[in-house]
Amino acid sequence: MSSDRYSFLSVLREALRGQTGWKPAWRKADPQESYDVVIVGGGGHGLATAYYLARRYGIRRVAVVEKSWLGNGNIGRNTTIVRSNYLLAGNVPFYECSMKLWEGLEQDINYNAMVSQRGVLNLFHNDGQRNAYTRRGNAMRLHGVDAQLLDAAAVRRKLPFLDFDNARFPIQGGLLQQRGGTVRHDAVAWGYARAADRLGVDIIENCEVTGMRITDGRVEGVETTRGFIGAKKVGLACAGNSSRVAALAGLRLPIESHVLQAFVTEGLKPFIDCVVTFGAGHFYISQSDKGGLVFGGDIDGYNSYAQRGNMPVVEDVCEGGMALMPRIGRVRMLRQWGGLMDMSMDGSPIIDRTPVDQLYLNAGWCYGGFKATPASGLCFAHLLARDEPHPVATAYRLDRFARGAVIDEKGMGAQPNLH
Amino acid sequence: MRIHCPYCGTRGVEEFTYLGDATVRRPDPDAPEAAWVDYVYLRDNPAGPHPEYWYHAAGCHGWLVVVRDTRTHEIFSVRTASGGAEA
Ligand SMILES: Cc1cc2nc3c(=O)[nH]c(=O)nc-3n(C[C@H](O)[C@H](O)[C@H](O)COP(=O)(O)OP(=O)(O)OC[C@H]3O[C@@H](n4cnc5c(N)ncnc54)[C@H](O)[C@@H]3O)c2cc1C
Ligand SMILES: [Zn+2]
Repeated sequence: MSSDRYSFLSVLREALRGQTGWKPAWRKADPQESYDVVIVGGGGHGLATAYYLARRYGIRRVAVVEKSWLGNGNIGRNTTIVRSNYLLAGNVPFYECSMKLWEGLEQDINYNAMVSQRGVLNLFHNDGQRNAYTRRGNAMRLHGVDAQLLDAAAVRRKLPFLDFDNARFPIQGGLLQQRGGTVRHDAVAWGYARAADRLGVDIIENCEVTGMRITDGRVEGVETTRGFIGAKKVGLACAGNSSRVAALAGLRLPIESHVLQAFVTEGLKPFIDCVVTFGAGHFYISQSDKGGLVFGGDIDGYNSYAQRGNMPVVEDVCEGGMALMPRIGRVRMLRQWGGLMDMSMDGSPIIDRTPVDQLYLNAGWCYGGFKATPASGLCFAHLLARDEPHPVATAYRLDRFARGAVIDEKGMGAQPNLH
Repeated sequence: MRIHCPYCGTRGVEEFTYLGDATVRRPDPDAPEAAWVDYVYLRDNPAGPHPEYWYHAAGCHGWLVVVRDTRTHEIFSVRTASGGAEA
């Protein structure tokens, strides 16, 4: 057991040594000349990929190249919700695989990511919605995923302060996935970074990929602000910047970048013990362990690379909040920010090869890629190592659009801002 | 963000509905399938000036082509999609 393993004993030992023995969670690595695999993008997905490559597939000459500091992307900007309450067969096994990885993550990477299975409750407000959620719950249970349909009385016992008898949107019940919940988002980045680093992965921050070296249709490495880095394989995990980075290799993607905002209030005593989504508007909320209410709603709805949003969506989200739980009306908002979503044309992700040899793509996570982090890393590592899709990610092909095999959970068609 | 409609003047973005990239063109009906895939699904998605369709739902009901910087939300030009008025 390495001496820098986190444990009760190490905390005790450091307490007696005046906290002088802790090592940095990961080395500040400088780029080497070449690697077996270079991952572009040090968000959750890139770091998880590197970790599983080293840990499960024995590929350790791996670099993660990040243009900013670790955690500046969406991995540090999301609202931390994890769940596997999907409807379509292409999605359910993948997200359930992710949920199972969350359940064992902290032991696996020896890091406290504050995985909290506090439950995710989707409310419904009319008979049509009840039917839709019943169907979704049944689809989940057929895939072995937990789902419970609650009636209004059961929701009332859980969250008595909701506006049940709202004239327009009375609450009739909800679909609960008790195993869903929240995970401390930046701890996921730090934990995977530390675990990958211990297995020899180089995490290279402040290093932007500015070009791809491609010879005879095959990628040979990446040009970066810190020089050329050779690679046998290159994996892209750039979330909201996927189109820009893929364009360096001459690719156009079925993706638009959009901005999603999130909000946090001042700290309050605990009163919301699960994640709740409003079914009649764009609003969802949970309470962080510090007591702040963390909430959000819809994407702003237009192409954007600005990591900030606009006022109308702030208003819309707050209106949704007031309609659902009027008691939050006097709470002060502390912070608000935005992140870049890689909104795909069918609302589902892509984990696949590209037309360029040895160049692989992990993209299209829309506003729900945080929950996918462990499975995305595992499946991308599998693809990079074995050159074939992982069994739970076989539907996430890049050519599915051309084949008409889209995975459109909401049935919205090729209109990214509606997914 | 505020958009200057050629007919209605400068109005808040909440009055408008967004469609997307205004550079894509519907291919010829018997164009090869690849051209249709390109039209329906693939986008340049640039970080920078982006010509895009907006519909003035709470105003004149006109379709506009707005050229906007996707990094800053700065708007460079607005014209009607039919090519008539320019703001
Ligand atoms: C406000 C908000 C709320 C959200 N809420 C949830 C939620 O509750 N649940 C959920 O499941 N999902 C949620 N999401 C979505 C989720 O955060 C993302 O889908 C997911 O984090 C994307 O994967 P990532 O962590 O790898 O992305 P990122 O952390 O964005 O990683 C991509 C990295 O690539 C880097 N990069 C880009 N270009 C280059 C380049 N040229 N060279 C080198 N590096 C580059 C970026 O700097 C970035 O660090 C939310 C997102 C936002 C913004
Ligand atoms: Zn108008």
